[in-house]
Amino acid sequence: MTGPNENDRTVLVCKGTGCVSSGSIAIYDAIEAEIKKAGLEEINMKLTGCHGFCQRGPIVIIEPEGVFYSAVQEKDVPEIVESHLKNNKPVERLFYRDPVTDEPIKCYKDIPFYSGQERIVLKNCGHINPEVIEDSINAGVYQAIKKVLHGMTSEKVIETIKKSGLRGRGGAGFPTAVKWKFCRDEKANQKYIICNADEGDPGAFMDRSILEATPHQVIEGMIIAGFAIGATKGFIYVRAEYPLAVKRLGIAVSQARERGFLGDNVAGSDFSFDLKIFQGAGAFVCGEETGLIASIEGSRGMPRTRPPFPAQKGLWGRPTIINNVKTLSYIPEIINRGADWFAGIGTEKSPGTAVFALTGKVANCGLIEVPMGTTLRDIIFKIGGGIPDGKKFKAVQTGGPSGGCIPAEFLDMKVDFDELAKVGSIMGSGGMIVMDEDSCMVDIARYFLSFTEDESCGKCTPCRMGTQHVLRILTNITEGNGKPEDIDTLEKLCKTIKEASLCGLGQTAPNPVLTTIEYFRDEYEAHINEGRCPALACKAFLTYTIDTEACKLCGLCKKECPTDAITGSVKPPETFVINEEKCIRCGMCFSVCPFGAVEKSSGNGGPQVRKSGSENNNE
Amino acid sequence: MREMLDSYEKHRDSLVPILQEVQDKFGYISESSVEGIARHLDVSQSYIYGVATFYTQFRFTRPGDHMVCLCRGTACHVSGADQILEHVERHLNIREGETTDDGNFSLETVACIGCCALAPCMTIDQEVHGHLTPQKATRILKAGNKKEKK
Repeated sequence: MTGPNENDRTVLVCKGTGCVSSGSIAIYDAIEAEIKKAGLEEINMKLTGCHGFCQRGPIVIIEPEGVFYSAVQEKDVPEIVESHLKNNKPVERLFYRDPVTDEPIKCYKDIPFYSGQERIVLKNCGHINPEVIEDSINAGVYQAIKKVLHGMTSEKVIETIKKSGLRGRGGAGFPTAVKWKFCRDEKANQKYIICNADEGDPGAFMDRSILEATPHQVIEGMIIAGFAIGATKGFIYVRAEYPLAVKRLGIAVSQARERGFLGDNVAGSDFSFDLKIFQGAGAFVCGEETGLIASIEGSRGMPRTRPPFPAQKGLWGRPTIINNVKTLSYIPEIINRGADWFAGIGTEKSPGTAVFALTGKVANCGLIEVPMGTTLRDIIFKIGGGIPDGKKFKAVQTGGPSGGCIPAEFLDMKVDFDELAKVGSIMGSGGMIVMDEDSCMVDIARYFLSFTEDESCGKCTPCRMGTQHVLRILTNITEGNGKPEDIDTLEKLCKTIKEASLCGLGQTAPNPVLTTIEYFRDEYEAHINEGRCPALACKAFLTYTIDTEACKLCGLCKKECPTDAITGSVKPPETFVINEEKCIRCGMCFSVCPFGAVEKSSGNGGPQVRKSGSENNNE
Repeated sequence: MREMLDSYEKHRDSLVPILQEVQDKFGYISESSVEGIARHLDVSQSYIYGVATFYTQFRFTRPGDHMVCLCRGTACHVSGADQILEHVERHLNIREGETTDDGNFSLETVACIGCCALAPCMTIDQEVHGHLTPQKATRILKAGNKKEKK
């Protein structure tokens, strides 16, 4: 039995951070051993970067058919090799199942998570081995620099990017060509291009995945950017918390140097360009351009006032352009396929695609790329597969600590830079966290403020003192000590911080508070005036009780309770009861009870009761 | 140490990379290494502490043999990271930022390790563990402890 394309058959195993943590390396080794055992050495094996569907890892794809196996375990390997690779019968039980219809889906291109996407930046992710430069070259990387260096002037490159309408993907959406032109027009004997991969937003991991999966694409984008602005030196500023990305970038840079894509006379032209990797040491504020520059210069990464803009006076006082990983990844594709092609995707004012890290309470978590202007509903319910466990959608948070929470009434909004700004949020670096009825909006605001308060560099007073004060009020509310005037005070404080702060961190830090007050004021009021948390999230308002009828006297809750707050016994049977005085509301009993017998409630009972057993049991 | 310092240019710009390598080698930034770096770069020790304390990566006390890093990213937060943190704190009997008495585990939290699709998650010595529940976290820590004792 031989398949139609058996000779070109390739087994792709994902080696992104997500899949590695679910055990993909052992899977790779097992498949390799099993293939040898079966005498199928003609089959190629390939380790790839992230496919984006990290939640379903480890992911194994069999090409050329594109059969998609998810959540593969070592014990499944013999069956895959025997049945699929040898006898050409794909293993149906390992197919991805549609979360709604439970239908098995064979090929990844048919899975709604992938079929709803349009991939430009992520197109090579998961299909090439990032540690082998030939793979990237075969996939078309380094084509664009040849076109640029042998036949285009820097004006022409900037003109092309301008025509494409590309806006910076770091968050603010500033037109890339305008920034480049500023820098190109500056006269200086040295200019710099910096790739900003200091992805500090909690809830965003696309830059990491791109660097891990297709580092050469980013390097190519930097070379073109360097050529356009006249920079011969570049830095990639990447978080030290991303060890795999740092390692793969290091490999990619030295391979590119060997091949003559970096160094003197890039690709046989008279343009010279080289790159250095700088590891960021963990400060959110270094995502801000001037903070990042200070950090490379060996100082505290504190932002400074602008102007002068980095494009005029940046690193070591020289004109510097700082572009996000995704922005740079688009550049080669725009050169290859033309400005009109890019401008034709997405919306008029925000052309191209948007990359989101779709996470939180959504069935399909992972990395997605969709045309700008796709509705939130399509992203969350079509690609994301909706909210798991039959729960209700409450809000989606975009833009990380600088963004806002968008409620259900805006689900049909077309997502782009300007539409998001209209509802008080931002695109940011592309984190998109879905929240269901269990997420308390006051707690989310408190969470983000605790982050920005901690990360505020302390240089300007509105941000340093303002975030502290806002955080204190929010903490009081979530702990049951809110006062009726708190909401007004919060709004006033937030407006001041927004207007008076020096850099983007302070100017956007109040967004999570302002949007939650605007769209979920009732939740603030419930905490302050009625002494309850509608989402049953804030501990201070919770009561745990055991439903004696549902209780099967297994004793697990008593065993796990850290404060011995539960009395009762299995033998002789004695009803289990939670002592409210001793209970610290850690929720252990709630999450361990297999019978849904532990209830939590807030305020005076009523509708706010939830039974255990529906969450935290997804091991 | 001397050899390592000599591989860096005597310029302020080298400070962060030097601190990173020192921490990589010794696990933390000790007083004596700060002295050495200050001499090499010809800057004051207070300048070095000023920079080093600005960044969350650097620590100034000897860490435990195993570094447990709990993610507090947004996706982890909405999936119950706080509960996991409390549970791990109780299990190890230390607070965030502390090291167990036997020097086996240090516990830290990090803003986001970028494995949001696996939320809630933590790393132990850079190995990522995802989809945590309080019980699973304990099990992983116990397994780590056993491995060490063998």
